[in-house]
Amino acid sequence: MSRILFALAIILVFGGLKLPLERALALQHRQAHVGDVELNLDLREKIGQLGFVAALSGFRAMLADFLFVQAHVAWERTEWGRVLFLFRQVTALQPHVPLFWDAAAWQMAWNASAAAINDRSQPRQALRVKAQREYFALGKDFLERGIKNNPRNPKLYESLARLYREKYNDHARASEFYRKAADQPGAPGYDRRFSAYELSYCEGWEPQAYIQLRRLYDESERERLPTLITRLKFLENKLNIPQGQRIPDPEPKKR
Amino acid sequence: MNPAPHRVFSPARIFAITTNTLTELTRQKVFCVLLIFGLVLIGSSVFMARFTFQQEFQILKDVSLGAMSIFSSLMAVVATARLIPQDIEDRTVYTILAKPVPRFEYLLGKLFGVLLLLAISIAVMAVLFVAVLYFREQAVLNETARELSRAPEEQLNDALNAVHAAGLNIDIFAGVAVIFLKASLLAALTLLVSTFATTNIFTVVVMVFVYFIGHLQATAREYWLEQQSAGWLARGFLALVALIFPDLQTFNVIDEIVAGAVIPLAIFTKTALLGVFYVVIYTLAATFVFNGKEL
Repeated sequence: MSRILFALAIILVFGGLKLPLERALALQHRQAHVGDVELNLDLREKIGQLGFVAALSGFRAMLADFLFVQAHVAWERTEWGRVLFLFRQVTALQPHVPLFWDAAAWQMAWNASAAAINDRSQPRQALRVKAQREYFALGKDFLERGIKNNPRNPKLYESLARLYREKYNDHARASEFYRKAADQPGAPGYDRRFSAYELSYCEGWEPQAYIQLRRLYDESERERLPTLITRLKFLENKLNIPQGQRIPDPEPKKR
Repeated sequence: MNPAPHRVFSPARIFAITTNTLTELTRQKVFCVLLIFGLVLIGSSVFMARFTFQQEFQILKDVSLGAMSIFSSLMAVVATARLIPQDIEDRTVYTILAKPVPRFEYLLGKLFGVLLLLAISIAVMAVLFVAVLYFREQAVLNETARELSRAPEEQLNDALNAVHAAGLNIDIFAGVAVIFLKASLLAALTLLVSTFATTNIFTVVVMVFVYFIGHLQATAREYWLEQQSAGWLARGFLALVALIFPDLQTFNVIDEIVAGAVIPLAIFTKTALLGVFYVVIYTLAATFVFNGKEL
């Protein structure tokens, strides 16, 4: 018995020694975004008691995947309330997986909103539109929170830009978020182009859009895509750019 | 001819006990876990047919690495818990210790046997997982290249880069190494508990509690050190939890690796050192208790 107590004393002394190292390591993990998900009461309310225990035991990712698959099934059954509920749990468990935020926003802003506007059980158009707008807002909220948790991920900025363009018809915000996406490491080359395209649709921003599109056009042959040329031509006419400074007309397609 | 003098510490003796322990564990069909892992891998891929490739790879990585973590932790606890009680029951321990084999060599041999078993199992699971992920990635790459064969080069490259980014990356191996460390820590701690436990069921039950408390240790530690308003009884209890139990949350880095986080080398090295430190301390404590145990 005395040996067991002595061994316990060794572990306690070791515990005192390891404490600063453990704390420093936990802090470094948080700074490097490794395992910094707060397992607090808010999360427990979202995922329930059993889920919380599973999350505490190191099965957070698997639990999130399981809930994601359930959300997928709920989507197939068009149970939108359940889809929202499950995606809130999934994103609470795995806030550093951009894919989940993106999927959640897509379900809300595209699928659920389309279902709401086509909901035959709701005879009043005004209420259908209201429900549709609420789903747009939910999608936007998922993307904004996703960006907050993953500020270096270009995909979420792109999705938010697409949402502004397609759902809110807000080309200025769409351009802003495509530009933010282009500023992130590993962003695809089209983000810069899309930012300029969107700006070219904004009333009053034509000169800036023209400068951006022209810069892209001059940058390389590869950037001279049909949409870019069309938008540039449109702006040249609108801004009355002198003939000498205009881009040449594209060659007619050879038969 | 004079007999060779008896050495106080002999790696050869430890190696003999290690291989014997490994053989013994293998005979008990511990490797069946690998079969279950394979089934989990195949089973999860059935679900994934309806998802995009990013979602498919995400789930494949989460499920595979999660299963590796669960199975290796289970193996570490269950295989280690029965080592000493089984040897006492079979009276093998008397045969071994009657020879000039120090008790710490016996314990080290037993622990290394389990660690070798864990290393082999985790390596096999990792190879299976990497192979499945690699073949799926290649299939998606070929499919993408075929679909975008007429698209501009930039678009094709962006699409292929997206597949590469979602697929296999080198950090996954760091995650696998941390899984092994966590399992080793649990094995060493189980060995310590089994030196004073009377049955292996007791050891397993204690270790289940340790597993859960270990994942909460960081929360208890921070509360103890930062919440001055808590009562002395609560603070004393939290202090005990923080000092006695290992911080298992530190070894849960796979979730973030799968999410795309890169573990800096310095953090990985410190985590590995902390893991080794735990294993050494628990093994020393186990040796100390086992040396005084009446057999």
